[in-house]
Order: sequence, then C-alpha cells, then structure tokens
Amino acid sequence: MNAPLTVEQLLPELDHTHLDWLEEEAIFILRETVAAFERPALLFSGGKDSCVVLRLAEKAFKTRGKDGEFKGRLPFPLLHVDTGHNFPEVIEFRDRRVAEMGERLVVGHLEDSIKRGTVRLSHPLESRNGHQTVALLEAIEEHRFDVLMGGARRDEEKARAKERIFSHRDSFGQWQPKEQHPELWTLFNTRIKPGEHMRAFPISNWTELDVWLYIARENIPLPTLYYAHDRKIIRRKGLLVPLTEVTPPEGDEQIETAQVRFRTVGDMTCTCPVESPAANATDIVAETLKVTVSERGATRMDDRTSDASMERRKKEGYF
Amino acid sequence: MSTAAPAIKDHRALRFLTAGSVDDGKSTLIGRLLYDSRAILADQLDTLEKKAAGQPIDLSLLTDGLEAEREQGITIDVAYRYFATKQRKFIIADAPGHEQYTRNMVTAAAGSDAAVVLVDITKLDTSAKPVPLLPQTRRHALLAHLLRVPSIVFAVNKLDAAADPAHAFKAVSESLTAFAKQAGIAVAGIIPVSALRGDNVTQPLDADWYDGPSLLQLLESLPALQERKDGDLLIPVQYVSREGEGTGNQPRTLYGRVAHGRVKPGDEVQIFPSGQTAIVAEVRLASEVVDVVEAGRSAGVVLDRQLDVSRGDWIATPKTVHETNRFSATLAWLDTEPAQVGRKYWVRHGNRWVQARIASIESRLDIHSLEATEAHQLAVNEIGHVIVETQQALPVESYESNRVGGSLIIVDPASNRTSGALLVKGAA
Repeated sequence: MNAPLTVEQLLPELDHTHLDWLEEEAIFILRETVAAFERPALLFSGGKDSCVVLRLAEKAFKTRGKDGEFKGRLPFPLLHVDTGHNFPEVIEFRDRRVAEMGERLVVGHLEDSIKRGTVRLSHPLESRNGHQTVALLEAIEEHRFDVLMGGARRDEEKARAKERIFSHRDSFGQWQPKEQHPELWTLFNTRIKPGEHMRAFPISNWTELDVWLYIARENIPLPTLYYAHDRKIIRRKGLLVPLTEVTPPEGDEQIETAQVRFRTVGDMTCTCPVESPAANATDIVAETLKVTVSERGATRMDDRTSDASMERRKKEGYF
Repeated sequence: MSTAAPAIKDHRALRFLTAGSVDDGKSTLIGRLLYDSRAILADQLDTLEKKAAGQPIDLSLLTDGLEAEREQGITIDVAYRYFATKQRKFIIADAPGHEQYTRNMVTAAAGSDAAVVLVDITKLDTSAKPVPLLPQTRRHALLAHLLRVPSIVFAVNKLDAAADPAHAFKAVSESLTAFAKQAGIAVAGIIPVSALRGDNVTQPLDADWYDGPSLLQLLESLPALQERKDGDLLIPVQYVSREGEGTGNQPRTLYGRVAHGRVKPGDEVQIFPSGQTAIVAEVRLASEVVDVVEAGRSAGVVLDRQLDVSRGDWIATPKTVHETNRFSATLAWLDTEPAQVGRKYWVRHGNRWVQARIASIESRLDIHSLEATEAHQLAVNEIGHVIVETQQALPVESYESNRVGGSLIIVDPASNRTSGALLVKGAA
C-alpha cells in the first residue's frame, strides 16, 4: 500500500489543478447519469480505470465521516462481465472490494452464454474478449439497465476519441458512429427509446497519466497485477505473453521469469504485461510521465516506449 | 470536520478548437503540437516513420488517418485530442474543416476556452495594402466570436513558404488587426508559425522580426473559462439525493453545478419555479462538508427545512430569477431535417426539459457576408435569429452574461436527435 501523497509532493514541477477539474467533471457526469436514467449500473472489472470511476462514484454519491470513511451505498449496482478467463488476482480483488464497500455486484458470465448457445467458440482457447459483448448485452436485457457507466477514455484509441460522453446504443446494443448526437456545453441529450440504452463515460477526458496521478493522489486500491512482480512469461512476437492455462507455450518457446507489471488487465488470452520495476503508483506516474513529457528529440524515442513496443518496432522493420 | 473548497486556479485544462480548412495546415499544426509535446504513442509514430521511409515524417497523417475512416462513412463532428506540457493540460476539439463547418464549429465551440484560426499566408497577396483576407478566415473568426469563445487566436501559418516572412507577417497582422477591430473581436494573439517545420509552435521563433510568444506559450497563458463567482447565486438542480429516504430524519441533498455566485451555510435561497424560500444548512463539495462552494463546481446543498425540490428546479438568491416563456435567441441548426416554425420540439435548459416551438424565424445569417437576410426556414448548418416559445416559463439569461442560463439544446421528439443549439439574446 502506498503512503498517501499529494500529487504536488509527488511531482512538484507539474501543475496539478487539472486533476481537480477532471474530478469535478466526472462527478458531474456521474450525477447526471443517475438523475437522468431509471436503471443505471456501473461497469466494474477491477481494472484501474473502473477503480478510478468507482472512487469518483463514492465521492459523487456518498458522504465522508470524520474517520475519512465513505458512508452510505451507491444508488446503483456494479456490473462485471466475467469471461471465465480473467486473472484470478483480479476476481479476488473485485470480490474483496465489493464486500468491503458493501455494494451490490451483478456478474454476467460468458460461460452461461456459451451454455445457452448465444456464444459459440471456434476453439476452446480462443480469445473471449470479443465475445464479452454478447454476455454484456444479455446482462443489460436481463436486468433492464438503461445506462451503463464505464471507465473508457478517449486517449485509448482513435475510435474512442470520437465517442461522446453520453453514447447512444440502439436496440441491438450497437454504437452508430454516424448517428452520434453533437454534444453541446453540458446539456447532454439523454433521451432514449424503449429497448435502447446509453453508455456514459465520466473519465472520457482523462489520459493514462491522469488516471495514475489520481490513483496516487487518492490512494486507490488496485489489483497487485498492476505493480512490479515476477511472472513466468514467454517472449512472442515482441510481446511478453504471461504463462497461464489458456496461454501455454507454443512449439519450443522458452519460459522465463521477468519482472513485469500490467498496464491493463483484460482477458488472460490477450493481455500482456510490460517489463517494469515500478512497485507503486508513484513509480508508475514517473514511468508514464516519461512517455508523454520527456525531453524532445527523436533520439530519445527509445526511452519513451515500453520494452514490448520497442521490440515490436524492431521486428516490424525499423528502417 | 470543515474544510474550505480548494479553488480551481486559472491554469486548469485549456479546451480549444482549431478552425481553418485542411489545406491551411490544420492537421499538420495539430500533429505538430502532439508530436512536439510527446503525446503521440510509439506505435502511431512507427506507422508514420515507415510511411516516411527515411524522409521527415508527415505530421498531417496523424489526423488524416481519421479522415480515411470518414471516407468510409464515419462522419463525426468532433474528435478530441489530448496533450500536456509541464504547465498545463490541453484538450483540442478537432472539428473537421470541410464545407459543413458551421455544425462542426458550433459543436466544438460550445465549451471551448479558445479558438485557433489558421491563416494560410501562401493564399494571400501580401504585397497589397491592406492584405485582403480570405472569406473563410473572416467567417471562422466571426463564428467563434458569435459563439462567444473567450479567446480568439490567429495562427499565421506557412511562414516557411514566404519569400520575406518578416514583411508578410507584418502585413497580414495589420490586416487581421483592422478586421478584428471592425468586427468587435478581441484578439488574444496573432502568432506566426510554420507547422511543417515546427517554427514557433512549441519552440520560440529565432528571428529578429518577432519577439512575441510561441503558439504554445500563448496557449499556456490563456484563461480557462470561469463562471462568475461574485454576485447572485444560481444553481440548476441536477440531482436530488434519495439518501436516507424513509428514515424521516436525514435531510435531502440538492446537487448541482454552481452557474454563478457562491453558496455557503446561512445563505437565504429561493427555489424556482415554486418560489419557496429556505436557509442553507450545509454545503458539500464531492463527499466533504465545506464552508463554501463557488461557481464552476458542483455543490451539495442541504436546506434547513424540507421543501419539494426536484431535478430541473433552480436554487438562487431570492428575487433574482426572472422567468419567461418567450425569448429571442440565435439558433444554430444541426439537423438534416430543417427547422420548422410551429412544430413542437423538446428543449433542455439547465437540467429541465420542456416542450417548445419556434414561434418565428426573424432572419438568417448569410454565412458569406454575415449579414441578416430574410428567411422562413433554417436548414442544416444555418444560423438564424428566432423567437422561441416554451410550454413552461424558464429563467433564461442572455448567453453573453451567463452561458449556463443562456444556452439550450433543441431535440427532435421523433428521432431524439439534437437538432439545434440556442444562444439566448433576451426576453421577447
């Protein structure tokens, strides 16, 4: 566990007021969601982004007693779609946090969808990441959720950069990029028709660095996977593939032990760690900071990339 | 435990939009800002390096990648991009610069603290006196001004292509200054840049004819939009906490972002539209009890008595709210289905949804001359002056004096599309 640090102590050279502003905006969006919809739920996977959203939800809907503990209960359940291939550390963390906080957790199991026949795997070890959607939509239908709050960020990828804070899903649960409503001021258009739902993204405007700064500042608990630990891995196509029952070695691949941490924790079949000695949130902030505001100059590129992407770069040609 | 709310300082994130067509170097400028501030991911850079095959990389490809997607049919008004310096975080509202700029600019401008209008110096006759500006430079600047974007910056681009950059920049600056003065636009800065070479974007220009800031230095110093902290209190009620419901002894908390003024225990407030009054017993910021919450932040207000207050109501200093169900406004129409006089729409003002109709279209703005012309209909991307009638009276304020009280969206009840944006002028 990290000692509580203010971000100002952590990185005195940075102006940190934007974290207050991001927090303010996220709390505003969370309250908007709960006020504008009938049956909200918060997507909680135990990953760092959803842990941040969970803390923001506590701040938006609970009060803090003199002991510093949050009182009361969130006005919505948490929802997790379990692919059956999640890292055991993450599931353990998820259940422990939910119990500590006294919240309600709804779990949609991909295994159930497979049993129902709504998901068919082409082979047993296929990545289940893409199939999550089916289980998610089935959970939405079963519980009649009309809005799901999630921890997606616009800096993650190009398609996400275009998505609205309140993102409309049609009756098939699909995002229609062409049909997006313009989003003006904070006058969110939250009107939907029966059978449709919305996704709400309170941390749309956060970057990976903001997330880690906030985790450090707020001392937010995370699964141990996020911090440096020794793990058996296989080096494959420039990636560090973790050795698990669903990702066995192929051919004569060498198993080795490396000091790694995960930047994201998704399905075991498609989530790789990076080599890193960062043992706490402060270390990770320092690492992440190098990625975005290091000294200029292309010669320093190598410093900015994780080992994994550096290797990928080399294997992809590197003229 | 009582703590004062930490104030958000001026240096909070700056949201800015970029205006100008693609040819003016908008993509390259955005690419340059992202590249020089190290906001580009390694894999994106790899792609560019491979495409460049040893030549300097083409920064415009960073945004052109998205344009290729658009050609496949994904047309979206605005994409958001992020970068940060040691001093500040920035959010770029990247509106595509093609012909349908009004809709995109309205969307990007709503909530932006600044607009960077690109001026392509290679398209101008810098030997003329005064230098004639391109119509789109005037349009983009005037639209940003119309939408009350607080800071308007001209970035005079492609200085690398000018034979005599010192003379060219001076001549264009004079012309821009004269135009801005005539149009009543307060200009935050006129900055010479070469987005292609990176001159004066993030690194100051090394030239004896210019001693001003780089574009980034200017952006770092611009104010983020601040709501007025002095004067009357106004809070649109966003969410009423149901916490303690049924126990009979726990008060309700009324949450909402303070539009202007500040709220503290002991204040007398009035609820609109009911008109009931009460004394503030406690205020909260996030989960903490605090002494005061100022404009721009979300407050939790506990009153000294149980009143019937719901989402959509307003908490205000007594006798300061003036309600009307007929007002005049600038309407920016965003929907492919034209705006129709007499048809019922939903409008959202603050946190209240009411039915409304456009009582009349007074005029349409000619997007080329920017003069008001007669009109009976507004089509997509058109801007007009309208009279709106609402089914319930609303406490509208002029957009110029207060953005929260002065802005509304229009939603088509059949499609649920956001069809228009209203900027209130005043009661009609």
